[in-house]
Amino acid sequence: MRRYFGDAAVLARKDLRLELRARDTLPAMLLFVLSILAVFHFALPSGSSRLAELGLLWVAIIFTALLGLGRAFVAEREQGLLDALVLAPCDRSTIWLAKGIATFAFLAVAELVALPAFALFFSPVGWATIAGVVLADVGICAVGTLLSAMAAAGRARELLLPLLFLPLALPIVIGGVGASVVHGSGRYLGFLALYDAIFAVLAWASFEYVVTE
Amino acid sequence: MISAKELSKRYGFKRVLEGLTFDVARGDFLVVTGPNGSGKTTLLRLCVGLAIPTAGTLEIEPHRSRIGFLGHEPLVYRELTILENLDLYGRLYRVPERRERIGMLLERFGLWDSRRERASALSRGQLQRLALCRAVLHKPDLLILDEPFSGLDTDGAALLDRELTGMRGQRTLLVATHDPERIAPLESGRLALA
Repeated sequence: MRRYFGDAAVLARKDLRLELRARDTLPAMLLFVLSILAVFHFALPSGSSRLAELGLLWVAIIFTALLGLGRAFVAEREQGLLDALVLAPCDRSTIWLAKGIATFAFLAVAELVALPAFALFFSPVGWATIAGVVLADVGICAVGTLLSAMAAAGRARELLLPLLFLPLALPIVIGGVGASVVHGSGRYLGFLALYDAIFAVLAWASFEYVVTE
Repeated sequence: MISAKELSKRYGFKRVLEGLTFDVARGDFLVVTGPNGSGKTTLLRLCVGLAIPTAGTLEIEPHRSRIGFLGHEPLVYRELTILENLDLYGRLYRVPERRERIGMLLERFGLWDSRRERASALSRGQLQRLALCRAVLHKPDLLILDEPFSGLDTDGAALLDRELTGMRGQRTLLVATHDPERIAPLESGRLALA
């Protein structure tokens, strides 16, 4: 178990270092989430309900995550590096775990900027929304990393990832919006936690079949 | 160490390998030759476990942790330095005395002075040397090389000649090349693909 998490840590550190060097993903996610919130601010009629505002926050989060997920396997795809990782004597699911951790980190940073920006453009978010965002991030990264690896192996990957990811992200949107707008949000947070657990196990177990021919 | 019986591989309707049977014993040096498109790379990918045969059987004795592979791509991260790349693989392969081993290989392959340069700044020949370092870093029992002389200058090719000669008998070597004369001075078995 220690060896498993050690390998995942080595791979995650590599992904974070690559991003620090190349700065391909995080700046794009930050710019995107700020831009989309600004667009929503001007697109939403004045006097719109808080329900509509929070709904748009979740749209912004999902599409920002999609941007990050689309770049998760770019280095491996462009340089054929998935072969090298698959050949390494570590459990192949550590590749999924490491990519998921790195994507989670990028998404968390984007949200650290997005939530105050949302408060500036619309209104402050509550603790239930923040808890919902954290739980949603886990699910987004668990499912999204698997789908990103699948899309990286196929043709028309830019089309494939959103087509696969958005339907599977629907429960996350339902749980997230529910946690944000309903009094007594525990039910929705529990739903998000259950989604995370089920899809993390499914993605973890099936990743090996995605990266081997 | 490698035993293939009636090995076949197809991609869709395209037949790449058909009914290939051969054995490679421990310490053997087998050169796979053939023109472009004859299936050399596919055969190596099968041997290394990156592809699955369509039919037939292929038994590989060592675990993948004991196989070294050099493919068409150098399989290194362009944004990482030479040292960082080798350190990454050294950790994943759990190379004992990793830093000493990396330092020794960098000296031997003439990359020590460039060790802090990013892979993206290296020439094709230096990248190939780095890829060779990566492939032999964990002292594999079975070394599989696909067109290893590609991109190497005269010095690099001579270095690889020496390395291959030095490994003979100690490691099992499987080398694919479209130019068998390049390896002619090294006595080896041949497997010719049409």
